[in-house]
Amino acid sequence: MSSFATNAHIVRALGMRSIRQTFRRPQLIAPIIIFPTLLLAIQTGGAGGAVNLPGFPPVQSFLQFMLAGAMMQSMMLAGNSGGIALAVDIEMGFTDRLFSAPIPRFAIVLGRLAGTAALGLFGAIWFFAIGLIFGAEIEGGVPGALLATALVNASALAVGAIGAAIALRTGSASVVQGLFPLVLVVLFLSSAFFPQELMIEPAKTIAAYNPLSFIAEGVREPMISGIDATHTLEAVAAILAIVLLGLTMSARALRHRLRVG
Amino acid sequence: MPAAIVVEGLERAFDEVLAVRGVDLEVDEGEIYGFLGPNGAGKTTTVRMLTTLLLPTGGRATVAGHDIASEARAVRASIGVALQEAALDPLMTGRELIRLQATLQGIPGAEGRRRADSLLERVDLVAAADRRVGTYSGGMKRRLDLAAALVHEPSVLFLDEPTTGLDPVSRKTIWDEVRTLNQAGTTVFLTTQYLEEADQLADNVGIIDSGTIVAEGTPEELKAEIGNPHIQLQLAEGSIALAEEVCTAIGKLLPPKDGRTVLVEVENGAADIPRVVRALDEAGIEVESLELVRPTLDDVFVAKTGYHLEEDEKEPAGEEPVEA
Repeated sequence: MSSFATNAHIVRALGMRSIRQTFRRPQLIAPIIIFPTLLLAIQTGGAGGAVNLPGFPPVQSFLQFMLAGAMMQSMMLAGNSGGIALAVDIEMGFTDRLFSAPIPRFAIVLGRLAGTAALGLFGAIWFFAIGLIFGAEIEGGVPGALLATALVNASALAVGAIGAAIALRTGSASVVQGLFPLVLVVLFLSSAFFPQELMIEPAKTIAAYNPLSFIAEGVREPMISGIDATHTLEAVAAILAIVLLGLTMSARALRHRLRVG
Repeated sequence: MPAAIVVEGLERAFDEVLAVRGVDLEVDEGEIYGFLGPNGAGKTTTVRMLTTLLLPTGGRATVAGHDIASEARAVRASIGVALQEAALDPLMTGRELIRLQATLQGIPGAEGRRRADSLLERVDLVAAADRRVGTYSGGMKRRLDLAAALVHEPSVLFLDEPTTGLDPVSRKTIWDEVRTLNQAGTTVFLTTQYLEEADQLADNVGIIDSGTIVAEGTPEELKAEIGNPHIQLQLAEGSIALAEEVCTAIGKLLPPKDGRTVLVEVENGAADIPRVVRALDEAGIEVESLELVRPTLDDVFVAKTGYHLEEDEKEPAGEEPVEA
């Protein structure tokens, strides 16, 4: 096997372990699936009339609008859960087992991120299924659904990279878990759950510059109106920026951890 | 015989404190090296450096012929590591863990599965192989950890306190496995805080205290440095003063433990016992019991450090390292 193939095989194996770990630890899977599903149910059940507000984008139903928000929440919490799981690995010494193997050490981070991305994918499929079961239409059809899924998938990897960086830097599951409320605040200060045009200041300005707004719109557009190049490119750019930031932070944190032991 | 591990002036500082202070040692291929010391003496820090988990701040070392700093990946390909905390994921099954370890070592899938099955059988974990590790006993976890460390058939095996906290039966199982591995040619670097473990297993022993090696040699050499064996006499009746006078002619009297015991150091060990018995008999002194006591590694440890290892009364040096 070539070096690339060997490393890809290692990343895949570590990603599979990461996925199994999440499904075997209820406190890791709950934020990814159960919480966003409950919030989706509460919001669509209690605030469905919001679609009639002046300035609300034209949508088939409030559920159709909210699916992107639920996917974003699931994706963000998948990134956070990935960070928590990595910190748990550090706390119990499992990363020492990985670090003592003859593999590129960044493959350990990439393996974790591969698992997080897969969980993001799972979340996207889950919410598409819920949307379709409860009558939401996907205006962009199958290509639109695939595009939205790919964006959620890549976003989970991006956010997971930041979670991994914090886990590597602190080595503390409690610290990473403590970011849970912050994750929600950042998400609520984007257009994931509410149209930016209807927000009041300063949330409106913050949302205008929040990269998560670009991703949310990129995920939402294929559902509510069809594939749109501008929204897609903005979402891709936001994801790339977060990926770059997250991977740089992770690489620095990894070097720090290996230096201090 | 070529050296499997060469360590020269190895140091590790954490901020202003030195946890390991200029350690020098050499381990030959095929040897079991016992690295003995109390908690916090610098054993684990040394092992973490030798296994490339921690960079040294001074000195150098080679493992399996590779420099631990500049050829870390080659070192990692040559070694097996079973760490102190039995770094196992409680959510994985034993079989999953060994297969993952095989993948990390670059062993192809089918071969990895074959080796996993073989190792699980070797450490007697076949019945528990598909159970989650979190349900394993301490001994089972240690055996699994050992099996995972062996999946790529390493030439050098690092075992960091492999039997700490285990019951005697589990401890013996690990010892037997270590002996078997060593007989097959594997070099074993074993840290322990159990004197008996070092005595039973190690060809050579290094005693580390406060980050420094204070003694090194075979267990027999180290014990011989301490002095000759002594005969311990428990008197049934008769004057202790008379018994001491009789024994003075045979060897050197040691401070007595109590009013009925005489301790006499003898040069020839067991060969001196008949002389002692005859002399006491001729003096009409009745002996309740007689025992030849050889120096132990604990005696060596006390002589080198001033305290008993297994009482571990000293402040751990790793938690409160000495100032640089």
